[in-house]
Amino acid sequence: MMRTFKKGGIHPSENKLTAGKPILDLPLPGELRIMLAQSIGAPARPVVKPGDVVTVGQMIAEATGFVSAPVHSPVNGTVKKLEPTRTPQGIWQDSIVLVPDADNPFDSSLQPRSEEEIGHLSPAEIISIVADAGIVGLGGATFPTRVKLSVPEGKRATTVIINGAECEPYLTCDEALMNVEADNILKGALLIMRATGATEVIVGIEHNKPDSIAAMSRAAERYPEIRVEALRTRYPQGGEKQLIYALTGRVVPCGALPVETGCIVDNVATAYAIYDAVYNRHPLTHRLMTVSGEGLTSPGNFRVANGTPLSSLIDFAGGMPEEAGKVIAGGPMMGRAVSTLEATATKGLSGLVVIPESQARRKPAGPCIRCARCVAACPMGLEPYLFMLQAENQVWEGMSEHGVMNCMECGCCSYTCPSSRPLLDYIRLGKQELRKKK
Amino acid sequence: MILISIIVLGIIGLVAAVLLFVAAKRFFVYEDPKIGEIEALLPGANCGGCGFSGCHAFAVECANATSMQGLNCTGVDAEGMAKIADIVGLAPSSAAKKTMVIKCSASCENRDPRNLYDGIHSCAVENALYQGESDCIYGCLGCGDCVRACQFGALTLPPSQGLPIVDPEKCTGCGKCTEVCPRHLCELTTEDERPIIWVACANRDRGPVAMKECGVSCIGCGKCRKVCPVDAPVIESFLAHIDRDKCTACGECIAACPRKSIEKR
Repeated sequence: MMRTFKKGGIHPSENKLTAGKPILDLPLPGELRIMLAQSIGAPARPVVKPGDVVTVGQMIAEATGFVSAPVHSPVNGTVKKLEPTRTPQGIWQDSIVLVPDADNPFDSSLQPRSEEEIGHLSPAEIISIVADAGIVGLGGATFPTRVKLSVPEGKRATTVIINGAECEPYLTCDEALMNVEADNILKGALLIMRATGATEVIVGIEHNKPDSIAAMSRAAERYPEIRVEALRTRYPQGGEKQLIYALTGRVVPCGALPVETGCIVDNVATAYAIYDAVYNRHPLTHRLMTVSGEGLTSPGNFRVANGTPLSSLIDFAGGMPEEAGKVIAGGPMMGRAVSTLEATATKGLSGLVVIPESQARRKPAGPCIRCARCVAACPMGLEPYLFMLQAENQVWEGMSEHGVMNCMECGCCSYTCPSSRPLLDYIRLGKQELRKKK
Repeated sequence: MILISIIVLGIIGLVAAVLLFVAAKRFFVYEDPKIGEIEALLPGANCGGCGFSGCHAFAVECANATSMQGLNCTGVDAEGMAKIADIVGLAPSSAAKKTMVIKCSASCENRDPRNLYDGIHSCAVENALYQGESDCIYGCLGCGDCVRACQFGALTLPPSQGLPIVDPEKCTGCGKCTEVCPRHLCELTTEDERPIIWVACANRDRGPVAMKECGVSCIGCGKCRKVCPVDAPVIESFLAHIDRDKCTACGECIAACPRKSIEKR
């Protein structure tokens, strides 16, 4: 019996079209537009001005608080201007426009740290390296990692969970990373363990990625404190609370952080970024992204510089297919539709999925037939049909009483509804109204 | 058989009638007859424009009032208010009549939809979860929350235009629409002999951005302020606003506006 979470969940078609594809470096575009707001929390403040020459890994915008992350230049180049750029949702936000050097944009004088030096790093030093490298949760939530690693006083971390579930359909960038960089991911995981004072590391991987499980298990043989577990392929296996339950049997209380149960959960890509920052002194400037979709001629897993326009990603994957109806930023379950391809790659963007016109439109919503499939599918044990009724009638307090704030917006309810009711939209509306009231 | 049924039902009816009569006498509550008379004059839309929870609450308030000051039903004209004042035997108050203008003039041809929204047909949802179909994040979404909220049928939304039209004859200025518009585009303004001139835009983006987003967006250039003889336009965060108290409705600004975002009614 494979490990999994207790309640709800669904199994959408996996559509991992790019599974097993090698990681390709995306060619640098003519200009990079680097967003200042790349993490949850306060946007970074620029520390360069137009005309400045920047080098690989140089900080170009500083953090503006504890829950904030600095931004670094992925290339050698020149700052062209500071001006707003549209986000994938079409909102103008401040960004730094960089023109990479024509020749050797990646030459760097950054020297790797020696094993001995790393061995002597204290937890506080590791956390400060992570903070300075601008590392945020790369699973998509973009929560600054330094906050996660700073265990609050009075709490104790025992277990580091490395999230390699990648339960979203289409996305394969974590899988690609695990196949190639297994040992370095584990080195990053051990650094997280040291920084938080935990005593064990568990890597959770869905069993539809046998190559990754094999590669990670092989790499883990060297480290007695690390174990790799196969998880049942079931969405949302990669949800923080679901993963903690599946791997440790612990339940995160309502409204509490995972550290309450002694668990620190980080994505494989985040663990790799920590390794890269500590061992190679590379701040977070590149990430792996999956560009996938039925109509694309060459979908794949690409290593993308921060600030690359989404249009060049699509071009590299073979150009926008004729029958494309929608592009989704992130996976199809939790991602949001892209309204403009002028937008650029950010730290939190794990992929682009091109959906053909035939599947892009919502079906007209029918009446609720009280089948309770949404209740059965909800991994948090909530009642989505009730939330929708309450939101329609603006009974916000009622939604709060029934625990709407525990919803993680995984979308299982909307996916499973036979009447195609927009359950999640109403839940999001309710959550937003309740946040406004606070 | 039929006879028995009729007799039984007749007895039940008789007993019920007696019970009802007793109950009506026993639990009788005196209500000022003026309240009923006033309520008959009110529109019965329960819009809340008067500041009370509904038409009945307003009627009760009027009947108990010692002065009509501050009591005004937006749905009743001056004559109607005079009648109400007459019923309660007080001098009618003179409240300025309000009407609503929409601070957006971007009909479909002025702003290209960048994407297609096929979610829930509600401005509140579209605004909260998506950013609308066009580039402008300040303008009308065109799902008609205001049209559904209007109890007086003063708003219509032709689908080809994607922007509600106000019927000034029917608008009572109750302000229900101002509550539901998630982008706060419905604005109440006083109605008098002067025509109303207002900036039909709410875009607060910088000029070049605003210009790209919409064909009739205010870019805060300040030309209206330059030509205005009474300094009525005020420019704040790249958006002009015309001070109704100062405006003489000369119309100079409408002619001067390079973006055609000033409207007159």
